[in-house]
Amino acid sequence: SNSSLESNLEGLAGVLEADLPNYKSKILRILCTVARLLPEKLTVYTTLVGLLNARNYNFGGEFVEAMIRQLKECLKVNMYNEAVHLVRFLSDLVNCHVIAAPSMVAMFENFVSVTQEEDVPQVRCDWYMFAFLSSLPWVGKELYEKKDAEMDRLLSQTESYLKRRQKIHVPMLQVWTADKPHPQEEYLDCLWSQIQKLKKDRWQERHILRPYLAFDSILCEALQHNLPPFTPPPHTEDSVYPMPRVIFRMFDYTDDPEGPVMPGSHSVERFVIEENLHCIIKSHWKERKTCAAQLLSYPGNNKIPLNYHIVEVIFAELFQLPSPPHIEVMYTTLLIELCKLQPGSLPQVLAQATEMLYMRLDTMNTTCVDRFINWFSHHLSNFQFRWSWEDWSDCLTQDLEKPKPKFVREVLEKCMRLSYHQRIIDIVPASFSVLSPANPVCIYKYGDESNRSLPGYSVALCLTIAIKNKASNDEIFSILKDVPNPNQDDDDDEGFTFNPLKIEVFVQTLLHLAAKSFSHSFSALAKFHEVFKTLAESDEGKLHVLRVVYEVWKNHPQMIAVLVDKMIRTQIVDCAAVANWIFSSELAHDFTRFYIWEILHSTIRKMNKHVLKIHKELEETKARLARQHKRRDSDDDDDDDDRSSDREDGPLEEQIERLQEKVESAQSEQKNLFLVIFQRFIMLLTEHLVRCETGGIDVFTPWYKSCIERLQQIFLQHHQIIQQYMVTLENLLFTAELDHHILAVFQQFCALQA
Amino acid sequence: LRSDSYADLSQYRDQHFRGTRYDQERLLRKSCTLYVGNLSFYTTEEQIHELFGKSGDIKKVIMGLDKVKKTACGFCFVEYYTRGDAENAMRYINGTRLDDRIIRTDWDAGFKEGRQYGRGRSGGQ
Repeated sequence: SNSSLESNLEGLAGVLEADLPNYKSKILRILCTVARLLPEKLTVYTTLVGLLNARNYNFGGEFVEAMIRQLKECLKVNMYNEAVHLVRFLSDLVNCHVIAAPSMVAMFENFVSVTQEEDVPQVRCDWYMFAFLSSLPWVGKELYEKKDAEMDRLLSQTESYLKRRQKIHVPMLQVWTADKPHPQEEYLDCLWSQIQKLKKDRWQERHILRPYLAFDSILCEALQHNLPPFTPPPHTEDSVYPMPRVIFRMFDYTDDPEGPVMPGSHSVERFVIEENLHCIIKSHWKERKTCAAQLLSYPGNNKIPLNYHIVEVIFAELFQLPSPPHIEVMYTTLLIELCKLQPGSLPQVLAQATEMLYMRLDTMNTTCVDRFINWFSHHLSNFQFRWSWEDWSDCLTQDLEKPKPKFVREVLEKCMRLSYHQRIIDIVPASFSVLSPANPVCIYKYGDESNRSLPGYSVALCLTIAIKNKASNDEIFSILKDVPNPNQDDDDDEGFTFNPLKIEVFVQTLLHLAAKSFSHSFSALAKFHEVFKTLAESDEGKLHVLRVVYEVWKNHPQMIAVLVDKMIRTQIVDCAAVANWIFSSELAHDFTRFYIWEILHSTIRKMNKHVLKIHKELEETKARLARQHKRRDSDDDDDDDDRSSDREDGPLEEQIERLQEKVESAQSEQKNLFLVIFQRFIMLLTEHLVRCETGGIDVFTPWYKSCIERLQQIFLQHHQIIQQYMVTLENLLFTAELDHHILAVFQQFCALQA
Repeated sequence: LRSDSYADLSQYRDQHFRGTRYDQERLLRKSCTLYVGNLSFYTTEEQIHELFGKSGDIKKVIMGLDKVKKTACGFCFVEYYTRGDAENAMRYINGTRLDDRIIRTDWDAGFKEGRQYGRGRSGGQ
């Protein structure tokens, strides 16, 4: 309750004041940390600082200085999200009579003047604008009362900046492509509308809890400090500003007709509630029970439909593009905890949300659909897969490639992975069988007697017996020697050139024998690693191995994924081979299936981690050499030491040279992987566009939407790496001759950090 | 503020561990391997891979076996490539359902041959 908070604050202020002589720096440090890391409790701590300042003017001054130092530090190391919290804290200190309003306005004037800087990225100006605007719900009233002319000028400068800034990036970040029922607004546009409305309401803001109001008589006696003039640190090459965002909205006041009214999308209350809920998740994401409890105890429960806000904020994070702020599985578990704490109300809101998301699948970004599939299937697995599937019967009459039936198919497939095939058949109505996943059984081409006329059949039989009798790699090689090469007339004696039939017979047989479980298959890959390496030595060999794996396991996408992963890690195939395989015509039928893209992104991630790992090794070895030199330099008198370190230097320097080469080769492989992927996308999309143009048909088929969004997904999910290749991409692949549909994706991507 | 209780060590220490308490704790703090308990006897490696794959890339899954019958025994080990991925499993997969049973995860000092067998008197858990 409010009165206990007030007495706590008063008591705490008294205790801390007494401690100041002995623990001042500790208290300063803790308060600064709290300001940075607990923004959802901002007004509680600004009140505390206000009370301390009233009792000890010098402390107030030192605190303000410490905060400014901290702010500068954050900006220097690109901690922009925390910097916003600091700015907001400072601005609320105006309300607590710690900081004089005119000096705060002056700081904001410096922020807004960043928009006048030349040759700086737009995202830099955006941040300073955001820091200014997002503080106004807290301090707008006070600043306007004291300095209305200056504030008006700032607001009109804001307006003209927002009008002229480019928004090419927006379509890439929107969860839905449609504007109904809720427009997906760019975050600064939305905030500006909210501030304009706040101004129109004469800065009356009633949602934020302001403990300092109760202490007004004490605080207004306090002497205020002036903020020192704050020059925004200049833009440097190392500056990395936050990416722009799109505001996710799925609910409005019509969605909970019986409960309290949900604040409108352009109300400042909506902004504050969402900010605070996001901050709570950021503070407690590691502790799901605490996080759920903190979210549910957000003040104002009976005045706002809190459950709806919470669900909306959680989905906002889950669907955020490019990536969610936290690992996806956290949101699933958090929602389950929330359902446990509010079993009478939250599950219903969640079901309502699920229904709404399903209804709007047609315009949902493919990456977001992926996340929806993962979330929903995992969620259901915690609740015995109970769902009213019949409500979704409308999807049964649609073309299976359309978003709704596709979604249901992918969900059922994921549900099966967390249970088993018969379970899924049992949980859906019979009418849904067309969407049910295939029974994940292996297809062994040489298994049936009726196939004995197939070339290689007899060798397959021979191989089966040999493997069952624990044959060695050498024995396998000699058995395989008998397999003719359909590609060549005269085979090498060695038989080590690309022989697709050899690969087929060996891989089919081995995978079939090891089909029992993942572990069996992994053992098989390990035991016969030598055979695999030899057969898959060439690029064509690698591609063919992948093709055969697919042929054997096309009913069990999960098995394909884990086998591909293992084969990359054991270097049977390389990342480029996987990329080429995914874009090959054999896989065209599965091209829009979720598992394909899981495989591709997992492959890219492995490549990225590999580069980082070798780079780290190089840096560590360089550090060791530097330390060694330092030791040697400081021991000039000791002959023995000199000699022994000379001996060590050689190998270390050699190591560094080798690692340097390794790094360069890995980075080149990484770049090549992305180039291959982009190239294949361009080819595929261009083909489709040309075909549509000449045939006079609409470009925008479900396949096209999926494919172009998959291209976007590559850019978004790996944006940091891809930024290194901008020049190559611009000059080599995404040139002006490209169809504008494809070029637009590249331009949107460029706009993200422009 | 920095609390991370889900990823902390539990009170459990393996009595069969070869080495000192201190050694065991050191290994537990660096470990990328989790012990997973309360599995159904029908839970498969594939299901475990799917669920635990949500917190990161899995290096290896070793199913627990009844020492006598050599059949599934209700526990397994999951090893990740990085500790961070294992920590996320402790935070978000521990205490949720797999095959409709609430499973429990705990840090393991590292798989050694033989530890996949149940230590119960009849061969089970």
